[in-house]
Amino acid sequence: MLSIKNLHASIGDKEILKGINLEVKAGEVHAIMGPNGAGKSTLSAIIAGNENYEVTDGEIFLDNEDISELAPEERAHKGVFLSFQYPVEIPGVSVTNFMRTAINETRKANGQEEMPANEMLKVIREKSELLEIDRKFLSRSLNEGFSGGEKKRNEIFQMAMLEPKLAILDETDSGLDIDALRIVANGVNKLKSDKNAIVVITHYQRLLDYIVPDFVHVLYNGKIVKSGTKELAYELEEKGYDWIKQEQEA
Amino acid sequence: MELKEKLISSFMAFEEQIDVHSELHDLRTAAIKNFENKGFPTKKEESWKYTSLNAILKNDFTVFPKSETSIEFKDVKKYFIHEIDTYKIVFIDGVFSSNLSSTTHQGLDVCLMSSALNKPKYKMVIDAYFNQIASKDESLTSLNTAFANEGAYINIPKKTVVQKPIEIMYFSTGNEAALLVQPRNLVIVGENSHVQIIERHQSLNENPVLTNSVTEIFAQKRAIVDFYKIQNDHLGANLIDNTYVSQKQESHVSVQTFSFGGNLTRNNLNFYHFGERLTSTLNGITIIGDKQHVDHYTLVHHAAPNCESFQDYKGIFSDNSTGVFNGKVYVEKEAQKTNAFQKSNNILLGDKSTINAKPQLEIFADDVKCSHGCTVGQLDETAMFYMQQRGIPKKEAKALLMYAFSNAVIENIKIPELKQRITKIIALKLGVKIGFDL
Repeated sequence: MLSIKNLHASIGDKEILKGINLEVKAGEVHAIMGPNGAGKSTLSAIIAGNENYEVTDGEIFLDNEDISELAPEERAHKGVFLSFQYPVEIPGVSVTNFMRTAINETRKANGQEEMPANEMLKVIREKSELLEIDRKFLSRSLNEGFSGGEKKRNEIFQMAMLEPKLAILDETDSGLDIDALRIVANGVNKLKSDKNAIVVITHYQRLLDYIVPDFVHVLYNGKIVKSGTKELAYELEEKGYDWIKQEQEA
Repeated sequence: MELKEKLISSFMAFEEQIDVHSELHDLRTAAIKNFENKGFPTKKEESWKYTSLNAILKNDFTVFPKSETSIEFKDVKKYFIHEIDTYKIVFIDGVFSSNLSSTTHQGLDVCLMSSALNKPKYKMVIDAYFNQIASKDESLTSLNTAFANEGAYINIPKKTVVQKPIEIMYFSTGNEAALLVQPRNLVIVGENSHVQIIERHQSLNENPVLTNSVTEIFAQKRAIVDFYKIQNDHLGANLIDNTYVSQKQESHVSVQTFSFGGNLTRNNLNFYHFGERLTSTLNGITIIGDKQHVDHYTLVHHAAPNCESFQDYKGIFSDNSTGVFNGKVYVEKEAQKTNAFQKSNNILLGDKSTINAKPQLEIFADDVKCSHGCTVGQLDETAMFYMQQRGIPKKEAKALLMYAFSNAVIENIKIPELKQRITKIIALKLGVKIGFDL
């Protein structure tokens, strides 16, 4: 589904990604781990099309289509979803209205009719129950005054509403207490199917107890330096990232 | 002949054709003298540094429209808040239109300045209020005073909650090649009374119009006045709005200005305090493009203890448009425990758009809370990316963000139909149709 080939990217003069290769198939969960500053968030931002970064080499394919040149919204319309580490506050636009706009713009781009209002309400009800979100919450301004946990839960709620092919969860566990973590992970697991794929970006192993990955990759200094199964995550947890650093520098 | 000379020479002719008592005559004579001395303001004056009237004054303005024109309601319905019942005071090229208006004398006066100025039964009120708070020094206000004859006269007795909003509407037909109109409004709101007023100046084609309007608002003890100004006019329209507010204790007056259009707009908005524990609110949204120019020049004069003032102005400027925000807060020595807040937030979208923002605080009391903040920025790129990531195209994302930016002011509109209208104008201005009513 997602195929990244020799991806190099920089911001300004600074090269951040130095040749990333990654293959993610439908039905799989991949975890990308690594120390701070390794380029994890950059990688997720670039897959989603953030124009602040310049892709200097390499390609990104989604279902065999090169999406490297597409605008963020075009990638979203093709099924790329990024759960933000720091979701943005948008005062004056309610969660419901934001979702309605997002869904209908996506449908429009894919040549579909707008979703009828009653169906929209039904879907909103279903998905908010899945994330244990209070209905009152949905009429509040998007992310404005939300707690860290509420913001993350709201991200996964949006993922549930948009039903993406490829979901990238960028540090979704940061700022979550154990209950919120359970709710979020439970939501993600229910959305998982053999038709979509999930890439989990995280610093800690904790989230991976809940969202169990098929593969774990270690990103260090702009490159994937190690790949393995979920056991690799435990090894990292035990030995710390210094182990990777020493191995790389040796 | 230059406009100034033309006006001065028309003054005598003007006074001959109307029936005025001597006090008014004295006021007018003093006013025209002041205008004669000072002339039209130029950029040399500090308060007009960023706004030039030169190009506009070159038009050969007709000072008195030749005849009464009539307009069909259906042709101008869209400019009214027609979804609800309102009182209406409507003028066409400066002349009262009885068939478009809906005035009243039952329990309150919603009628014409010309009758208030000329009929003996209003003389006491006119003597007590007319030209009492308007500046006798500022030349454009003086020019208006000299020719003041027509406009809205609103007098609300005490303990009256006016059930319907009052719409004051000035249409310019463009029948004259260039027209100067000088409306004069007087609003008196009695103790414990409440009124909502909407004012709009609207030209019906592109012919140049210069409106030099003066409005005096008197809020008695505990009165509540919500005043909305809608400025969404053709590119030939120029508006100088001089509004003077006098507030007594525990009154609440808000003036909200929505500036979307016209060629040049200057809002001189002045609040004077004559009592304790009162609140003044000055809000504005400016969204302009092209070569449009909007200048907000505000003054809040705190003269009594325990009063509050809030100013919140949002501006979005595209293309070659220019904006000015000059906000003056004056706190006298007696005005202890004053809370005075001022905000001017601006977004520049065009490479050649400009905003000149200047807060001016003069504080002579020592126990006050005063703050001001001016920001100028571009749209938040992270927020744009966030919305695009959710599938909202760039243009719509931009519109949503700008709507969100102005939302704090929009939220303050207390008439739902007006709020809807303003959001619709904003969506139209931003050129988007968003999947829900903004």
